Amino acid sequence: MCSLEKRGNLFILTLTGKNVEHRLNPEVLSSIISALSRAKAKSTRGSALVTVSHGKFFCNGFDLDWVNATGSKQEAQQRFDYSLDCLTQLVQAFISLPMPTVAAVNGHAAAAGVVIPLCHDYVVMRRDRGVLYVNDLEMGLKIPELYMAFFRAKTSGWALRDLVLRGLKIKGEELLKMGIVDAVYDGEEGVTNAGMKMADDLARRKWDGEVYAEIRKGLYSEFCGMLGIASKAIGTPKL
Amino acid sequence: MCTLEKRGNLFILTLTGEDQHRFNPDLISSLLDLLSQVKAQATSGSVLITLAQGKFFSYGFDLDWAQAAGSERGAAKRLQDMADLFKPVIATLLSLPMPSIAAITGHAVAAGFTLALSHDYLIMRKDRGILWMPEVDIAVTLPDYINALFKEKIGDASVRRDLFLRGLKMKGDEAEKRGVVKAAYDGEAEVREASWHGEVYAEIRKGLYPQLSAILGLSHKVYAIARL
Repeated sequence: MCSLEKRGNLFILTLTGKNVEHRLNPEVLSSIISALSRAKAKSTRGSALVTVSHGKFFCNGFDLDWVNATGSKQEAQQRFDYSLDCLTQLVQAFISLPMPTVAAVNGHAAAAGVVIPLCHDYVVMRRDRGVLYVNDLEMGLKIPELYMAFFRAKTSGWALRDLVLRGLKIKGEELLKMGIVDAVYDGEEGVTNAGMKMADDLARRKWDGEVYAEIRKGLYSEFCGMLGIASKAIGTPKL
Repeated sequence: MCTLEKRGNLFILTLTGEDQHRFNPDLISSLLDLLSQVKAQATSGSVLITLAQGKFFSYGFDLDWAQAAGSERGAAKRLQDMADLFKPVIATLLSLPMPSIAAITGHAVAAGFTLALSHDYLIMRKDRGILWMPEVDIAVTLPDYINALFKEKIGDASVRRDLFLRGLKMKGDEAEKRGVVKAAYDGEAEVREASWHGEVYAEIRKGLYPQLSAILGLSHKVYAIARL
């Protein structure tokens, strides 16, 4: 489902999810949330988190096998809605994490799976493989207003339109031009190492984690507002 | 501390002196007072230009004054007080009934950057001066109105992230490239030098009617400030 390793100042979260596509269901989401809680409990100034994954997929979205393995359409809808609620809790956990975060995207991320890398402060991606694919439009699903607010916090203008309104499978190089990823690298090892190095460099700034998280929440002010997440003011400058 | 001069249609607001132009309650009050005067004397064709003397545009709130409170709690309260006093300055700039230009002649940091960003047009030096939001480095959060200002003025989410979460010190050419300032100029002479007559007036006037200028195919370049 996922594993958390601590290497010096770095927390390394490895996504395995359900099956080779690293799909998300409430159990998987809950285990990632737990891992983030553990990282938070052990965090200090100078901590950072990097999320990695291995293989062809980073995360291909919700576990639709689980969603549909019920007797009725109604129950399936309930399972889907529940998965979405769990995802929202995970997003909240990421954006309140008291340390800088980097996602190293080794492969495809689709649907709900796109949200995971985007909840990180920085995204590095493979140049030679992997796409981000927001396929809600193709699936005939409306993107919830809360997630539109989430996407609006990460991008705007034509890049936002291309991300959500065009059914595009967008590669790393293009995402770099769109400003959605910060850098691209060749090979799984290349992107994973780059992600770890970036996290290390950020960790070295030794930021106050609590303040970092509050400033970060400000960048998601619309999203946080919709969820009723209050922001805390911290006003004693450490010079 | 700060002065206001009127030259024809131009209101020139200057942060005076060679110091860091730190916003303490006195300077904030003066700024508010002068901006209120600008608002009161506005006519059609008025323009505001804000600039500073010396190496600094402004280094933000007066943290020395905050710490002189003697305790952590006292310092936090003084910082909050300055943030509260500063809000009407930003509100006045946002509702100023004329175009406004910030000529960033030196470092614009924290509340100093915020003051500049509250103007319609930002121009700065390419060779000197940085834009910087150091709050993440000194471990304080941002007042809600400053957060909202940056969100609405800077469209690029990765720029906002770099400014707020990375504490990026942004020089003129990067600021111009990434859309934070309108133009960056080499050297103080270029930024400061302008003729009050002819070209500058025309450019500023074009600045009064950006939509009309676009329809007429007039290119628009904002020059710098007159020699003082």
